[in-house]
Amino acid sequence: MPIRLRRSYLTYVMPALASLLVLLLVVWLAVNFWKGPAYFVTIAFIGLTNGALYALVALGYTLVYGILELINFAHGDVFMLGGMFSATMLLSVFNLHAGVSTGQLVGGIVGSLIVAMVACGLLNAGIERVAYRPLRGAPRLAPLITAIGMSFILEDIAIGWKGPGYTAVPNILPKGRVFSVAGITYTWEKFIVVLITLPVLLLLLWLVQKTRQGKAMRATAQDRDAAAMMGINVNRTISFTFLIAGGLAGAGGIVYALYFGQIRYDTGFSLGLIAFTAAVLGGIGNLPGAVLGALVIGFIQAFNEGLTWHTPGSDWTQSIVFSILILILVFRPQGLLGERTPEGA
Amino acid sequence: MRRRIGTAIAQAWWAFLGLLGLDRPRWQRLPRRTRRAVKALVWVTIGLLLVWGGGVWQWSALAIAAVVLVLVVPSYDRITIRGRRIGRFIVPGFVLALAIAYPYYASLNGSVNPGMPQLPIFGPLPQMSTMVGMAVFTMMALGLNFVVGYAGLLDLGYVAFYAMGSYTAGWFASSQFGHQNLYLGAIGVTPGLTGFHFSIWLVLIMAGIATAVIGVIIGLPTLRLRGDYLAIVTLGFGEIMPQIARNGDNLFGTGFNLTNGTGGITPIDPPGFGNWIGHHLHLPANYLTLGTNSDRAFFWTALVLVLLTIFTSARLRDSRLGRAWIAIREDEVAAAAMGIPLMRTKTWAYATGAFFGGVAGAYYASYTGAAFPDSFFFNISVFILCMVILGGMGNIWGVIFGACFLEYLDKEGLANIGAWLNTHFGPGGSNFQIWHKPLDVPLYEFGIFGLILVIVMLFRPEGLIPSSRRAAEFHEGVHDQPLYDAAA
Repeated sequence: MPIRLRRSYLTYVMPALASLLVLLLVVWLAVNFWKGPAYFVTIAFIGLTNGALYALVALGYTLVYGILELINFAHGDVFMLGGMFSATMLLSVFNLHAGVSTGQLVGGIVGSLIVAMVACGLLNAGIERVAYRPLRGAPRLAPLITAIGMSFILEDIAIGWKGPGYTAVPNILPKGRVFSVAGITYTWEKFIVVLITLPVLLLLLWLVQKTRQGKAMRATAQDRDAAAMMGINVNRTISFTFLIAGGLAGAGGIVYALYFGQIRYDTGFSLGLIAFTAAVLGGIGNLPGAVLGALVIGFIQAFNEGLTWHTPGSDWTQSIVFSILILILVFRPQGLLGERTPEGA
Repeated sequence: MRRRIGTAIAQAWWAFLGLLGLDRPRWQRLPRRTRRAVKALVWVTIGLLLVWGGGVWQWSALAIAAVVLVLVVPSYDRITIRGRRIGRFIVPGFVLALAIAYPYYASLNGSVNPGMPQLPIFGPLPQMSTMVGMAVFTMMALGLNFVVGYAGLLDLGYVAFYAMGSYTAGWFASSQFGHQNLYLGAIGVTPGLTGFHFSIWLVLIMAGIATAVIGVIIGLPTLRLRGDYLAIVTLGFGEIMPQIARNGDNLFGTGFNLTNGTGGITPIDPPGFGNWIGHHLHLPANYLTLGTNSDRAFFWTALVLVLLTIFTSARLRDSRLGRAWIAIREDEVAAAAMGIPLMRTKTWAYATGAFFGGVAGAYYASYTGAAFPDSFFFNISVFILCMVILGGMGNIWGVIFGACFLEYLDKEGLANIGAWLNTHFGPGGSNFQIWHKPLDVPLYEFGIFGLILVIVMLFRPEGLIPSSRRAAEFHEGVHDQPLYDAAA
């Protein structure tokens, strides 16, 4: 840092304040757990499900930020369109409804998943080509503004396609219990969310850490010019990153459509912001960090909406998430696991 | 790609002019004034032809065309009287006079004034209620221009300031807090109402100050962040504020009704000058008692507020503070090296922008008579941002143009365009039918604004009417590295 910052009393007050907040959170969780352990764990499973969904979307933010240092504002809306693609696929193409055989169900879901992932990946890469690539050399806020514009355009595409109301996806996931121990229940519909999410995440990790293309991505994130000099096709690598991020958003879209059963044009905006908060919380640019942040946010949301002792309730979920975002950026801008923007995704 | 499109259009244009015997060198040799006159004449002629072809011809269109030519063609800037360059006030003064006179010609309450010209596709000129909205949003856009245009900080939560202003008006000029009665210069209000009833002029100032304080509170912890993080944090605040408004009827379970929840605060007192002034100076005691003419009073008052905002904008821009903002926008490191206190300067930009957002919000609440939490979505922040970007960041006249045009589109323009499209290409009984269900154009409003954002950023990032300085920044590039980096 080129200038010496004046040390003020804030240097001592801020960490104390942060510790106090964390302490309050821990006390609140402990009291709630003590009041009803089984219920607490059941709620925690909801949190795990939410977190798995947020992780899919948050990874897209973190991938793109890692390589371009751009907040891809349209990412949430790509996710929303993914939900719409999969709603169409599930209902009109694979004709799924409650009571179809398990084989048909699995086949339909996997087929829709693949279609949604491919469609969203191509869409995201197309957006990068049209709206971000021409602005590579422009001031940093220029692509952010086009990203906001793209987000609104995508929302209106959804309105034109499905109308401004909710698109319903009938509840086709099985409702049975995976296990039920001591009052703790874990249902199949929640388990399926994790079941879809986990392989996708592992695939992504393998892709980024073990393949040649992943190496190129990490190199481009580290230093774009040097990567170009080493013979990496930077533009193609960036396009590929957007493709992957879009694919993850598509997977998130189908998970959302299946689990929540309805999706609307503005779903992507609010969920995208939550997912972005998760990415920042974990340390943006850091892939395991995004998953961790998503799980934390998912748990916080579930506890806030489900627990009973001194809980603000679902009316305040968004405010709480944004307060976390603001607090994290003020107290620990590098996130929980540390930001890795230039040092590799 | 976009450069290729640009050059292709330019080549086609010069090839076309070459056919007419006017090639590029010859055009460049003409005096600047002649070139400007020819350009203006071409555009006005195209406009007149469109009006004529659109089937909405009125002879008054010629008068408007003449006014535009008189305003645009001569360069008034050079006119001096005893060394004072008063020439630069001629065009703004003339436009202001037109705006002041407009209410006497405008279409009122849906009925179209038959003597006034109409635009093709866009339909009749804006109504008075739209004009009030245009003035208020001009104020907000100019307020945002302090932050985005001058200081170069992207603020995606400007709607928070608008909401704060509206709710200040709601708290201090309505019956919201019914168990307490306090009248403070409340004028022209029915006697006997419960709650706080402050004079609107006082409320405007209070709203401005309260909002500026909120701006400082938001700014102090967050302005250290780098540009895109700051944008997201402001967006977060912009989402938190309406949520507080929505859930504020039972704040933290205490039963305290701060904002009346989704019901919103209504009715809010209208502005007025009170009985004494009304009696002696014949200014309206209460705007609503004017009946159908009330929109005129609302518009003129808004115009005064806009003038104050423009004056402040122009004076601050040229002040020490304003130059510091622009220096930070261009190069943060160099500005800090020159001894500009970054945090303080940025916070001032924030507070100033917030102040005008608050005043505009309070005035708009007093005009509509209500503050609803549902009118403070993220969309509005982007709407105002779009005004600033379309017109030209950092340029007062550009921002005014952007605000007026977009607010007009929002209130009337899109509906009119939609009606025109539907009658010509839709199921409106034409023989050139393309679609069979009526197209709801206003439904796609924000997609259209998003498209505007993308197209402007790709093809003309400095906006339609840029300040030359901002244009240079976008084309030559600036050092965009922040000094205080959140990750450092």
